[in-house]
Amino acid sequence: MKVIARLSLLVCLLAAICAAGTSSTGAPAPQAPGKNEELQRVASVSGHYGGSLSIGQRAEPKTLNPVTESDSASREIIGRLNADLIEINRATQKTEPALAKSWKTSADGRTFTLQLRKGIRFSDGQPFDADDVVFSFSVYMDEAVDSPQRDLLIIDGKPMTVTKLDPYTVRFTLPKPYAAAERIFDGFPILPKHLLEKTYRDGKIAQAWTLNAQPSEVAGLGPFRLKQSTPGQQIVLERNPYYWKVDRDNHRLPYLDALVFLSVGSEDAQVLRFEAGETDVISRLNSENYNLLVKEEPRAASQLADLGPSLEYNFVVFNLNDLSGKKLDAVARKQAWFRDLKFRQAINSAVDRDGIVRLVYGTRGTPLWGNVGPGNKLWVNQSIPHPKRSVDTARQLLKSAGFSWSKSGQLLDASGQAVEFTIISSSSNAQRMKMATLLQDDLSHLGMQVHVVPLEFRAVIDRVFQSFDYDAAIMGLGGGDADPNPEMNVWMSNGTSHLWNLGEKQPATDWEREIDQLMQQQMVTLDYAKRKRMYDRVQQLISENLPFIFLATPNILTGADARVGNFKPAVLDPYTLWNADELYIRGAGMENAGVR
Amino acid sequence: MPNRNASAARTRTVILIVLLAALHLVILCAGFVAPYDPAAQNRDLPYAPPTRLHCWDASGFHLRPFVYAWTPTDDGYREDQTRAYPVHAFVRGDSYSFLGLADTNLHLFGVDDPGKLLLFGTDAFGRDEFSRVLLGGQISVAAGIVATAVTLLVGTLVGVIAGYYGGWIDEMLMGTTELFLVLPWLYFLLGVRAFLPLHVSPARTFLLLTCVIGLIGWARPARLVRGVVLSARTRNYVLAARGFGGSDFYLLRRHILPEAFGIVLTQAAFLVPRYIAAEVALSFFGLGVSEPVPSWGNMLSALQQYSVLISYGWLLAPAAALFVTSVMYYLLADALHSRLESR
Repeated sequence: MKVIARLSLLVCLLAAICAAGTSSTGAPAPQAPGKNEELQRVASVSGHYGGSLSIGQRAEPKTLNPVTESDSASREIIGRLNADLIEINRATQKTEPALAKSWKTSADGRTFTLQLRKGIRFSDGQPFDADDVVFSFSVYMDEAVDSPQRDLLIIDGKPMTVTKLDPYTVRFTLPKPYAAAERIFDGFPILPKHLLEKTYRDGKIAQAWTLNAQPSEVAGLGPFRLKQSTPGQQIVLERNPYYWKVDRDNHRLPYLDALVFLSVGSEDAQVLRFEAGETDVISRLNSENYNLLVKEEPRAASQLADLGPSLEYNFVVFNLNDLSGKKLDAVARKQAWFRDLKFRQAINSAVDRDGIVRLVYGTRGTPLWGNVGPGNKLWVNQSIPHPKRSVDTARQLLKSAGFSWSKSGQLLDASGQAVEFTIISSSSNAQRMKMATLLQDDLSHLGMQVHVVPLEFRAVIDRVFQSFDYDAAIMGLGGGDADPNPEMNVWMSNGTSHLWNLGEKQPATDWEREIDQLMQQQMVTLDYAKRKRMYDRVQQLISENLPFIFLATPNILTGADARVGNFKPAVLDPYTLWNADELYIRGAGMENAGVR
Repeated sequence: MPNRNASAARTRTVILIVLLAALHLVILCAGFVAPYDPAAQNRDLPYAPPTRLHCWDASGFHLRPFVYAWTPTDDGYREDQTRAYPVHAFVRGDSYSFLGLADTNLHLFGVDDPGKLLLFGTDAFGRDEFSRVLLGGQISVAAGIVATAVTLLVGTLVGVIAGYYGGWIDEMLMGTTELFLVLPWLYFLLGVRAFLPLHVSPARTFLLLTCVIGLIGWARPARLVRGVVLSARTRNYVLAARGFGGSDFYLLRRHILPEAFGIVLTQAAFLVPRYIAAEVALSFFGLGVSEPVPSWGNMLSALQQYSVLISYGWLLAPAAALFVTSVMYYLLADALHSRLESR
């Protein structure tokens, strides 16, 4: 049977190979570093020119426009085409100069004065200066444009202001001190004013730079530029010959001639292409596929890396929304159980997290008892208890909350009603579906009758965010930056991802009120130790009150072909390609060495 | 040599019916034949390969086969040969409801704890695949049979009425069948499932979906039956019976329905495997019965993952069961058809 399976896969592969396009040749030669250019020298990096890398994308990118992008496939490409003022080094998780060669923060933490690099150019050869920065941020903050990133620039309800002091100095003024400080600049690519100003004036910026855009219309400050886009198939990027970084030997980066992003459609197709050597870099692998690749590692000669726990957290959320005015009596009746802390504690105690890590993540995962896991070393609260699974404790908790058991072992509430509810989860996420099945079995030991309902992803989102027509759901959040600030929208009682009780006009409970205060305070506190104490308390409140029952987090699993040099995968998104400018192909393209 | 052919076809039919009856009996008594509860998880044994049956060990040959326990290793499992677990008949184990009549815990065969007799290995949760194939067969095969019964009941009724009365009734009914034949039924079912509330018990989902499959499928048999009835209606003996004053009901029962009987039977043998496969397709799309209740369809949906498909071949067992069942039904349909021809 194994042979048949392999044969049929081989057929699929052959078809895939025929469908795949050819990679590029004839990339532009990197410009020799000029005297007037203030280039960034990366002293630790060396490599050589030539070659290209192919990357399989499980979902098709939606746009090349940094102003409107909101999906990770688009972000993966846009991040290579563009550069930010200040960047977070994914390996060190610290900030680094990028388009701003240096910056000063005022004593009150409200103003940032950034010195821009002089003499550097966009990928179309046009110069970059402060006007581009002011233009970019006015676009991002424009309410009419409605960029998904806009919220991050609005602090305490007020936007930040950007002023040009001279052609190479800009000042950002914040309405309040902002704790994450210069980290805010990571993720805001600088746009070419000379290309986009007219489009913006015409109110068409959101429609610019689609996948059908001509390469001449698109320019950025990233290591690569657009060469060819064939929507649905592939997007080819070529070297930006004007990129602003040089290596140890003063050779202009990037080393690679080209990056080819292939739309492969699914995670499995991504793995198949990588296994067949058609793609060179892969990230966000699940443990089963990773283990499969590990088995073949000696033959395939690839560099696989298990980077340890990710920042994502998977959890069960019970529907604690205010349902008055909605015709959801059945759910409202069950909310009496869900609102009972002891009920949630009992479930928390009955969950076999080790089982989840073993069966869902094949041991390449970590159990979680809070929203911050061990992967986030700077912010995790180490004193959160990790109680062992105990069905007895769970039963005692239920008993003390007035629950009892029928003769057949069915759990009954104080009014004699049998405890029975559904857990929804996205059918396309095999891992969360598995968690649901394990949880169902765990809870059956408490006499709870749990039904697992797989739903299409959009249907899950609609029920959890809009209609509130669900009992419980298994979901995942997190995975962005290590800083607490991106978590604001989850834990603030008026946050857009405050999943268990959305749209609270004011905090529904005292502990939510306290979290609100702490989260707001930490956002404007600059001292790390003080912030840490506040966020520790937030984590403690969460783990005591269990708005979510935390389950586990997967490890970040990545891989690259053995020929890829300087491969340094990181636990932060974009796990593998964040240093695409430094990647090179070992032993390839040596004949290009003269082109410098 | 028509006689010889006919008797060969008859023998073939009988053999197939006996085999199918045996298969259905095993599936009907799945709880008894299966050594374990299909929902019982062994979290230490995910994706364990099928247990090997041994007759030989260091001390020689044993008439009673025995098994070893699986011990997890870094890259799978190995047999722990320190202790052998002989296979016993009629053992006590997980309790189940026998034919819905009484609760019992007697199983046809098994081994002593902590040994495990995993004839088809285990799935991602360490559940016994063999027990799940048998119990899953109950859902899948029942779905096929119930849906076929609904189809043929509706189809025959419509076909007979259309064929016998003709005229505008015929035109109207056949127009409706055309409408049903062009219906994209998968999308229709997706729509039906979306309308249902979240909380539907597996039994009700099952009943509803089979009825819907059955109700959608009636068009083809209706047209076939109509054709038979149409030609039978004008036969001389029918006309003669009518001349003697036979009522419509009498004519249908005595002369026309028996003509259609053969085609209905053939259709039945043809539709059952098709509808079993339909259940598989629906479960594959998350529209069938939900966890932890097994059906061949939801068991196969685990194989959507590439890594599972190529690493754990034993999880294809439900596909094999589906294949065997389908082939037997198709052979039966074929045998019935050739008997019909030779008449």
